[in-house]
Amino acid sequence: MDNIAGRKSSLSWAVNISVVVIVALWLFPTVGLFVSSFRTADQIATTGWWKAPFAAEQNLTLRTGAPDSQAQEGDVWVIAGNLFDEEGVQPAPISVWGISSRDVGAYAVGETAETRAGERITVLENGDYRMEAPERMEGSRGQRVFVTAVVPPEFTLANYRQVLFSDNSTDSMAKAFFNTLTVTIPATIIPIVVAAFAAYALAWMDFPGRALLIAFVVGLLVVPLQLALIPLLKLHLGIGIGKGYLGVWLAHTGFGLPLAIYLLRNYMAGLPRDIIENARVDGATEFQIFTKIILPLSYPALASFAIFQFLWTWNDLLVAKVFLIDATGQTTVMTNQIVELLGTRGGNWEILATAAFVSIAVPLAVFFAMQRYLVRGLLAGSVK
Amino acid sequence: MHPAIQGLLTIVIGVGACLAYFYFSNQVLDRVLFPAKGPHAGRNINRANMVRPWLFLFPALFALSLYLAYPVVETLRLSLTDRDMGGAFIGLDNYTQMAREPKFWEAMRNNMLWLIVVPAMSTVFGLLVAQLTDRLSWGNIAKSLIFMPMAISFVGASVIWKLVYDARPAGSEQIGALNALYLWFGGTESQTWLTLPFWNNFFLMAVLIWIQTGFAMVILSAALRGIPEETVEAAIVDGANPLQIFFKIKMPQIYPTIMVVWTTITLVVLKVFDIVYAMTNGQWGTQVLANYMYDKLFVARDWGVGSASAIVIMLLVTPILVWNVVQARREMR
Repeated sequence: MDNIAGRKSSLSWAVNISVVVIVALWLFPTVGLFVSSFRTADQIATTGWWKAPFAAEQNLTLRTGAPDSQAQEGDVWVIAGNLFDEEGVQPAPISVWGISSRDVGAYAVGETAETRAGERITVLENGDYRMEAPERMEGSRGQRVFVTAVVPPEFTLANYRQVLFSDNSTDSMAKAFFNTLTVTIPATIIPIVVAAFAAYALAWMDFPGRALLIAFVVGLLVVPLQLALIPLLKLHLGIGIGKGYLGVWLAHTGFGLPLAIYLLRNYMAGLPRDIIENARVDGATEFQIFTKIILPLSYPALASFAIFQFLWTWNDLLVAKVFLIDATGQTTVMTNQIVELLGTRGGNWEILATAAFVSIAVPLAVFFAMQRYLVRGLLAGSVK
Repeated sequence: MHPAIQGLLTIVIGVGACLAYFYFSNQVLDRVLFPAKGPHAGRNINRANMVRPWLFLFPALFALSLYLAYPVVETLRLSLTDRDMGGAFIGLDNYTQMAREPKFWEAMRNNMLWLIVVPAMSTVFGLLVAQLTDRLSWGNIAKSLIFMPMAISFVGASVIWKLVYDARPAGSEQIGALNALYLWFGGTESQTWLTLPFWNNFFLMAVLIWIQTGFAMVILSAALRGIPEETVEAAIVDGANPLQIFFKIKMPQIYPTIMVVWTTITLVVLKVFDIVYAMTNGQWGTQVLANYMYDKLFVARDWGVGSASAIVIMLLVTPILVWNVVQARREMR
């Protein structure tokens, strides 16, 4: 504000820095989820996501080959090979290792440990090992070896594969994704059509009770939809719609109408009077005026509301839970699927993060593509 | 039938039916009922114009009445009747039963906390960011990034913040940012933030503040831009410092907008359900009214008390409703 008076503010660096800090603070949680969705379960569980770009020291539990792979060399029995190959794990340089879970860093590479059964085992940095025993080794599984290795940063798409394409119905978001889409699109388009006609009547037609109706719409804008749950569910069950897509489309249409009418009426009332009067003089019917003049001119307001309604129906949980999702769970939407994952898979951050990111990706794309209309709609809806 | 096809059909039928209704009802009105010809042409045109607004309004009014106005009345009725006795009128019994439940008072207390903290913090942060970014060359990018959480669902935000609040047992490395930060600043052991009595409410509120700040910022930023330059310039000439300009010149001019932002966020807060439901489900002393109502309606299946709590939410909203209607009517004049 100082530069109005002709000098640049000496505080401008402070302003820049504080905005950077605030923006970073605001982005930090979302970035965390995004980064986590590309990490394996092990990585998420052992290090914070902010360490993802760096090589991390990780404790791995590996096994030597099973005793049936042993070979006799002179008077000793030997199992040899590579620890990483045995388990199919990405090789990484080992720093220390151990054979007891109580002391995983007991030995340096190249040292030799002796197990209780008298086997002598040596592990090298690259994971090569050699286990010797004076007698034939027994058992079905190999000796456990705990290694501490520096694992390079690694990102994976496996989480997305599991969440989007796996057959496991509790993890799969693919069906929920299409269900959400099925709910969202009709629930966005239908209220626009219904509201546009009403908004035109309220903006450009003169009739007794018009002011009262506008007040009615403004009042309904703030009625919490919580009140509507039980009466409407009873109504839907009573007239045979039951729980299902039709019910949720109708409910979203009803709940979205006040904002739609309010936004569109405010916008249409601001259109130039001349155009409409000229069209009337030229003999256009009200229906023609509406479809040929008002609708094309109201495009920005229509877009604003469409974005609101899309975001709101896509992100909705309550209405879907009450009007759509029945006991079979066939019609679950993504928000509900995520809440269920929070219950069943509360600790599996790789699944949760990926599922959540799949569900917020579409609104984010819409948000960044259509932000202009969203802001315009917000301003029209509240500054007045 | 596949739901996607069903959805497509619904769009076609829904939109088609709407357009057909509007087109044909207008045709019937103009051609059949009141044709604009013959001996009474003038009178007929006037009559048609009196009926037409109601043709345009009918579908919307019908849906509004059925889906919003009727439920208010019906919920009020349900809250005064008993479900077990076949809908007998029982006066305020549901309300007194509700008032005896400690969970209800916990929800009321928490809701009051939410009502104070969330709108206040969101508005303050929004105003701060709006003012700071006002003359920044990259201000629009900054604003767009802070606005972004608006697009994220409450459920998605809950997952995001649960990761931030995650706690691992003492000794192992923390993967939740808050605990990592807490230990880094010298905390002794990791905290399970969401079960911390009383304070866990604030950790839930942080999620909504994070979402709503962007909204407050966008509106307030537009209001700040709308302030006439002359008033600020005059203050500078008179030797006002930046703080004085902000609090004495700008704030009073955008005060009505601040009120609008505050009430809008208040409405969001009163309806907040998803965040509490997904993060704690009202356990550990974090219950709020909307989630309490959902519990009563769909878990305990007690429609009487559930409706009573819905009416409590409605009562809390009513002052804002009246204020909005009064404002709208003043504007129309």
